[in-house]
Amino acid sequence: MRNILAVAGVVIKELYRRKDFYVLFIVTILICLVMASINIYNDAGIVRYIKEICLDLIWLCSLVIAVATTARQIPTERENRTLLPLLAKPLTRVELILGKFFGCWAACGLTLLCFYLFFGALAASREHEWPLANYLEAGGMHWFMLGIVVAMTLLGSLVFAAPSSNSTICFVIIGGILFVGRHLDQQALKLAEPMRTVVTCLYFALPHLEFYDLRDLVVHNWPPVAWGYIGLALLYAAFYMILFLIGACLVFRRKPVN
Amino acid sequence: MSIILKTEKLRVEYRNRELRQATKVALQGLDLEVGAGEVFGFLGPNGAGKTTTMNVLLGFVPPTSGSACLFGIDVRQPIARQRIGYLPELTYYYKFLNAEELLRFYARIFNLPRAVANQRIPQLLKLVELEQAARRPIKSYSKGMQQRVGLAQALINDPDLLILDEPTSGLDPLGRMKVREIIQRLKSEGKTVFFSSHELGEVESVCDRVAIIHQGQLKAIGSVAEIRGAYANLEQAFLAIIGYEKQPAP
Repeated sequence: MRNILAVAGVVIKELYRRKDFYVLFIVTILICLVMASINIYNDAGIVRYIKEICLDLIWLCSLVIAVATTARQIPTERENRTLLPLLAKPLTRVELILGKFFGCWAACGLTLLCFYLFFGALAASREHEWPLANYLEAGGMHWFMLGIVVAMTLLGSLVFAAPSSNSTICFVIIGGILFVGRHLDQQALKLAEPMRTVVTCLYFALPHLEFYDLRDLVVHNWPPVAWGYIGLALLYAAFYMILFLIGACLVFRRKPVN
Repeated sequence: MSIILKTEKLRVEYRNRELRQATKVALQGLDLEVGAGEVFGFLGPNGAGKTTTMNVLLGFVPPTSGSACLFGIDVRQPIARQRIGYLPELTYYYKFLNAEELLRFYARIFNLPRAVANQRIPQLLKLVELEQAARRPIKSYSKGMQQRVGLAQALINDPDLLILDEPTSGLDPLGRMKVREIIQRLKSEGKTVFFSSHELGEVESVCDRVAIIHQGQLKAIGSVAEIRGAYANLEQAFLAIIGYEKQPAP
């Protein structure tokens, strides 16, 4: 555990010493503040649009940070040859993978915390209320969704040599799951066999990232989702994280270091 | 003298991924023994198998057959690496950390207590003459400074065996002299140093024993005087051992 935490600590340090997060955070703040300062049609419910835009930006930025940070971890270690002195120490490859995963996931958590604090402040300045349970559920689910993304990208970084190709493939897969994944079961019904079975299997095999999208809950101030369902969704996320991490460990076990 | 590093009939084959390509034999039955307190030079031309041998000793590459042990423990066990320090060739350490943070990170991996790390890190920075640059990001370091921070990380756990892969590669004469001084200092402290180098003059000046490999096979092993034999210097002996013959000018 000590080794995993040491590796994770370096990943977190990397995040806050690089400019990526600050740039995305400042851009989000600027866009949201500009949007919040204007009300073109004098719509009383304009705050909902602002909240929606802000949450869309948070989702986009968090995905960019999660994929970009994770995709470069192992390839950069290999390219700069820092993998050599690291693995020459009493550190196993599994510990390295877990350290990278927890580091990236924790870094995403810190990023989300900053974004949601800003979102909360922005929303509270207009609505004068703070639906903490909604924010906790939305933020927590979002973080677990990023956990799946981080684990998947980490596995991708061991399969694809270049971080850029891995990032592109991961973005395509994530976008595909978020926009198309939820409709696959209905599409399968319109298809003939054997494609129907293939698409149905794909529907059940894919990690459904859209389960973790609670933006509407926050935008419309709906009552919080029952915690039992949240717990089930978190277990579902944990299952996929473990699955991807086992895959990453198996691939990395046989991978040449240099 | 206790044996710290031992390989027996070590053979490493790399399978070529492309079809119809022969398997490349990197090491063919390498037998080596390095005793405690020795400074051991590991020589050979490029592609001879020096780095492969080090990769096996560090557990990066599994041997196809034969065995390799450090302190009597199979190199595939992570615990075998608890008492070693390793300096790879041309490494670019984490740019966003400074030297002190880098050493603290490696100290954590060795489970050094905080008090010990607090004492050891300034000592190492002083040894490699990086005290003034300790808080500067590594990205601002010169190549020589990077190599010295690499040497400091290799020494963080006060290792009994130091494995150095071409430690003076790419350094200026002053940098080389400093690395040589550090090796000699480690020798005086009773540490074992196993290093590869192409700088034969340097090997001659610091090594107790030397091994020469060529095409994955051990060609000669012994003290510097034994290897040099009747030749004027180690370089001539080295060229003769690997079978290099000067071609007549056309």
